[in-house]
Amino acid sequence: MGRWLRPRSMQEALALLAADPALMPFAGGTDLYPTQAARFAWGQEFPDAMLDLGALPGLAAIEEASDHWRIGARVTWAALRDAALPPEFDALRAAAREVGGAQIQNRGTIAGNLCNASPAADGVPPLLALDAEVELASLRGLRRLCLPDFILGNRRTARAADELVTAVLVPKQGDARRSGFEKLGARRYLVISIVMAAATLRLEQGRIAAAAVAVGACSPVARRLPALEAALRGTRPGELVVTPTHLAGLAPIDDPRASAAYREEAALVVLQRLLARLGDAAGVQAA
Amino acid sequence: MILTVNGVETRCDSPPETRLSAVLRDTLGLTGTKIGCDAGDCGACTVLLDGAQVCACLVPAAQAEGCAVRTVEGLAEDPLGAALQRAFLHHGAAQCGICTPGMLMAAMELLARDPTPSRAAVQDAIGGVLCRCTGYLKIIDAICDAHRFRAPVAAPGDAVGARLPRLDGAAKVAGFDRYGADAAPADALWLRPVRSPHAHARFTLGDVTPLLAAHPGLLRVLTARDVPGANSFGIYPDIKDQPVFADGYVRYRGDCLLALLGTREAVEAVRFNALPIAWEMLPPLDVAAALAPGAPDLHGFRPGNVLTTGRLHCERAAPAEVHVAAGAFETGFVEHAYIEPEAGYAARIGDAIEVFACTQAPYMDREEVARVLGLPQESVRIIPSACGGGFGGKLDVSIQPMIAIAAWITGQPVRAIWTRTESMASSTKRHPARIAARAACDAEGRLVSLDFDGDFDTGAYASWGPTVAGRVPVHASGPYRVPRVRAVARAVYTNNPPSGAFRGFGVPQAAIAQEALYDALADQAGIDRLEFRALNALRAGDTTATGQVIAHSAGLSACLDALRPHWRTLRTEAAAFNAQGGAIRRGTGIACMWYGIGNTGMSNPSTMRISLDPDGRLTFWNGAVDIGQGSTTVLAQIAAEALGLPVAVFALVLGDTALTADAGKTSASRQTFVSGRAAQEAGAALRATILRLTNAGADARLALEGGQLFVDGAPVVLKEALEGIGQFDPPTVPLDADGQGIPYATYGFAAQIASLDVDTRLGTVALRRIVAAHDVGRAVNPTLVEGQIHGGIAQGIGLALMEEYIPGRTENLHDYLIPTAGDVPPIDCILIEDPEPLGPFGAKGIGEPALVPTAPAILSAIHDATGARLHRVPALPHRVLEALNRREMDR
Repeated sequence: MGRWLRPRSMQEALALLAADPALMPFAGGTDLYPTQAARFAWGQEFPDAMLDLGALPGLAAIEEASDHWRIGARVTWAALRDAALPPEFDALRAAAREVGGAQIQNRGTIAGNLCNASPAADGVPPLLALDAEVELASLRGLRRLCLPDFILGNRRTARAADELVTAVLVPKQGDARRSGFEKLGARRYLVISIVMAAATLRLEQGRIAAAAVAVGACSPVARRLPALEAALRGTRPGELVVTPTHLAGLAPIDDPRASAAYREEAALVVLQRLLARLGDAAGVQAA
Repeated sequence: MILTVNGVETRCDSPPETRLSAVLRDTLGLTGTKIGCDAGDCGACTVLLDGAQVCACLVPAAQAEGCAVRTVEGLAEDPLGAALQRAFLHHGAAQCGICTPGMLMAAMELLARDPTPSRAAVQDAIGGVLCRCTGYLKIIDAICDAHRFRAPVAAPGDAVGARLPRLDGAAKVAGFDRYGADAAPADALWLRPVRSPHAHARFTLGDVTPLLAAHPGLLRVLTARDVPGANSFGIYPDIKDQPVFADGYVRYRGDCLLALLGTREAVEAVRFNALPIAWEMLPPLDVAAALAPGAPDLHGFRPGNVLTTGRLHCERAAPAEVHVAAGAFETGFVEHAYIEPEAGYAARIGDAIEVFACTQAPYMDREEVARVLGLPQESVRIIPSACGGGFGGKLDVSIQPMIAIAAWITGQPVRAIWTRTESMASSTKRHPARIAARAACDAEGRLVSLDFDGDFDTGAYASWGPTVAGRVPVHASGPYRVPRVRAVARAVYTNNPPSGAFRGFGVPQAAIAQEALYDALADQAGIDRLEFRALNALRAGDTTATGQVIAHSAGLSACLDALRPHWRTLRTEAAAFNAQGGAIRRGTGIACMWYGIGNTGMSNPSTMRISLDPDGRLTFWNGAVDIGQGSTTVLAQIAAEALGLPVAVFALVLGDTALTADAGKTSASRQTFVSGRAAQEAGAALRATILRLTNAGADARLALEGGQLFVDGAPVVLKEALEGIGQFDPPTVPLDADGQGIPYATYGFAAQIASLDVDTRLGTVALRRIVAAHDVGRAVNPTLVEGQIHGGIAQGIGLALMEEYIPGRTENLHDYLIPTAGDVPPIDCILIEDPEPLGPFGAKGIGEPALVPTAPAILSAIHDATGARLHRVPALPHRVLEALNRREMDR
C-alpha cells in the first residue's frame, strides 16, 4: 500500500524528502489523483508515496515585499482569482478563473501547476510574462530559478528530488503595467487549452516601452516570444501585425484537440486580439 | 481522525491517502455523494469543505481532517438547501439524478453568498459539474429560483398534461436514490476486470498460482474456462458474438481478458504487468482495412466483415431532376458519457441468482445472464438500480454476466464498480459513419430522389449494429415526400470499440448528410430553407419510402409553421449583425427529423398491471426502467388518468423481473408510446372491472381514501383482489428485401433552428439560441418533455461541436469533451400535439427525436454564416477553420 507522510514543519518536510527522494510532494491533488485514476484503470504503477504539504505553515499566503510579490506554493487558483493585486497580475488572475471549474480552482495550487509541467498549464504563460521566479528549498538551502530554467520540458522540471517548491516570486518592475490572458478551448468550462497567450505591457506616452508575451500549448513548455516583444517596443498597442516570424520557437503539435497548423494560425489571432484589447484598455485608461 | 460531516463530529480510521469521496461512501455510508470519474472531471462528488466546493475525489482524508464537510445528506438542514431541493423538483432539474448531489452542493456554495444570483454566476458555479441528461437549463432555472421555494409550493396537479414533479425526484435531490454502486451485501467480494490494452491480438495466460500466492486476499482469477454456460452474449439471438472473457483472442482495446476476484484491497493492488500474459500482436482493422480484399475475418461467421446490410429501394413516379446536390460526410465515435459508471452486485440464492445493477433492459439482461450461467430464465432475477444515465449505452449487458458468474461459482455475493476509463474503453459507442449521398429536386424544389450509401463502423462486436443498419435506410430520406429512394447502410466489423445503441440508432448521422444536401438543393432552387422543407414535408395521408401510409399524427408542417416567425426574426437579426462586417459572422440553420417509435418492423410489446387489494392497497406494477427520462412519472400519470384515481394513491413496484411483467427495454423512444398505451389499457381494464362490480356508469367518480374505495361517493367492499392488465405491441409489418413494409406504428416529427456566431479567424462557434418544435402527439408531462428536448439538444451540440472518442486517447472526461453548463444556449421549446390514435391519450415518444435535428441545424447555421460546409463532425475549431480556408480556395 501507499505511504502518506504529513509533516508539520518545513524542516521536517525537507528532512523526510532528503531521506526518501521517491516521495511525491502532494498539494491540492488536482493532477496527482487523476494520474492515479488513469494508471489504475489499466493496472499500471503509479506514485503512491506522498509527502502531504497540507499541514505546512506559511505556504498559503500572497505577500508583498519591497521589490517583489511572494505567492506561497500552496496558494490556490481561487485565492489568486479573488486576491487584490495590481494590474500586472490581471493575466494570472484571468488564467485562475479559467482553470478547471470552481472545484479545481478551490484546490489546485500555483506551485502544483508549475511542478506538473503540462504543456497546457494555464499558470505558466502569465507567470512567464511576469518574469516570475521559483523558490526551491532543501536541507541544502534555498535557491531561486527563473521560470524558464525551472520547467525543462513536458512533465519535466529542475526540481531536485530533495527539493520543495516553496513560493513563486514575482519581481516588481517599477511603473504600472497592464496584462491580459486569452485561452482558446473547445468548450466553456473544464477545458484544456488549445492555445493560450499572456501579455504584460508597460506603456510610455501611449507607446510600448516594454512587452512580455508568452504563448502556451504550442510547444513542450510555454514560451516567451522575444522576436514579438522586440518588435512591439516603440509601437502603439494593437498597431503591430503579428506574423509567423514573431512566433519563432513555438513548435505546435497535432493532437485530438487541434492540428499543429491550426495552433499556429490561432496563436497569431489570439495574440493580435490580446494586444489590441490591452491597447483598448490603455486607451480607456488614458482618456 | 476526526471529520465533521454535516455538523456531526465523526471518527474514522480511513488511511490518510483515502479520497474523501471514498471515506464518505465506504466508511461513513453517505452514498449521496456520487463518484463519476475519480479525476475531478465530472464534479459528481462535489461537496463543501469549509464552505468551498471541492471534488471529494481529489481531497485526501488527511487534508479533510478538522474541516467541516457538507454533503447532500445535510442539505435539507439549511432552509436555503431545502428550498434549492424543492426548486430542483419543481423545475425538473433532476433527470437521472446522478449529477444532482454535486449540482446541489456546487449551487449551495454560490447561494450561501448570493441567494439571488445571475445566470452567469450560476453557470460559473456549476461549470465544474457535468450533467448528461438535462442540458443544464432547468438546473440553472432552479438555482436562480431557489429563494422562492423557502416554503413548500402547491402541487400542479397530476392529470395527463400536468407538470407533475417526477415521482422519484425526492429521493434524487436528497441523495437517497440507490444507484449501482450504492448498495451491496456487506460480505460481497470485489471483482475487477483486466482488459486488453491492444486492439487486435492473440494471447496466452500462464500459471496464475504465483500471482495468487503474492496477493493474499486475491481468491481467484476468472477466465473463459470458468463460464458455466455459453461464454458469449449479444443483443441479437442469432449473433451472440461477444465473449464474457476473451478466449485467447482480443478484438478491441477494452476486450475483457479475465477478472480478479477477492477482497477490494487485494484486487486493487494487482498491477497488470504481474499477470502471466504473453501477447502476439495483430494489425488492427479499421473499416477500410476490414473491407479490403483478403482481410482477415474478425468473426468466422461473417466472411468479409460485413455484419449486416440494410437496404431500401423505392421507385415511384417522379418529376425530372433539375437540381442535384451530392456530398460525403463523416462522423466519429461518440461516447454515451453517462455520469454513472457501470456498477452493481450479484448474489446466489440457492439455485437462483439475483443481479442488482444499472440497466435499461432488465428482461434482456435476464436472458443474457441465464445464458452465460446455463440456467433457465426463471432462475435469474434482475433488480435494476436507479440508473445514472443510459442513452442506449446500458442496453447491453456490461458487468452483469461476469459478476453473476463469479457469484454463482463462489456462492458469495460479488460486486463491481467500473472506473471511468474502464467504462469508456469497454462500453459501446455511437457508430462512426462514412456517408456518400446524392439528392435531387425539380425546378420548383420538390424532392425527387435520394441516394444514400453509409458504412457504419460497428466495431468488434455486433451489439446493436443490425438495428442501426436497419433503421438508417428507413430514415435516410428524412421526413419528406421523396418518390425515389435508394439507401444502403452497412455495419462493418473492425477492431474498434463495439458500436451499439446511442440515442437515434444511426439516424442522427444520416440526418447530417440528408439535411446538408437539402439545404444545398434549397439554395440551388432559390427557395428559403424552411420553405423548402415545408414544401416537401410528410403530411398525414402521405406514403413514405417504405410504402407506409402515414394516417395520423404527422405534425412536421405544424412544427415548421410554429418556427417560421422565429426563423424570420433570427434571419433578420443575423443579416443586420453581419452588415456591420467583422470577423464574427452570424448564421441561422434549420433541420428536420422524423423518428420511428419502437422497434423496426418487429414486435416490441409491453405489459402493465395494476392491482387493487381488498384492503384498498392500489399497486402499479411497472416493469419499465426509468433511466432519468421520466417513465415512472409519465406511466403513473397515464394509468391514474385511465383509472380515474390520483397518482398519489398508487404504490409503485418498478422494474424487477421477479415482480413486474416485461415492459421491454427503455430504448427506441418507446416507453411513453408502448408502455404508456399498456398502462392506459391496464388502468381502463381495472376501471371497467370496478364499474362492472358496482353497476356504475362510465362517468362514475372513483376515490380511494384510507384504504376504502368509493364509487360515486359510495363505499365499495372488495371481497377479492382486482387487477387490470394492459398490453400493447405496436402494429408493424416487417421490411422486405427492398425495405418495404410498415416499420413503425407511429413517428415523432420535429424541426429545430440554430442561431450562432462563427469566429472566422479562430473557427470557434458560439451558439446563441435553439428553437425546437416537436410533435409529441400529446405532452403527458410538459416539464419532462422539455427536459428530454433540452438534454437531446445538449447531446446534439456535443455531436456537432466537440465529442470524439478516440480509443486510447480520449478515454476520460477531460480529453473527451461533453457540453458544460456554459455550452448550452437558451432553448425555446414548442410542443406540437398532433395526436396519435394508437398512443396513450395521443402521446408518442420524444427521447431520441430531441437529439436528431440539432447537429444538422448547427451545421446548417455554420454554412449560413460563412459559406463553409462541414463534412466531418465534430466541428472542432481547426476543422471549421479548414473548411473556411477550403471555401476561400474554392472561390
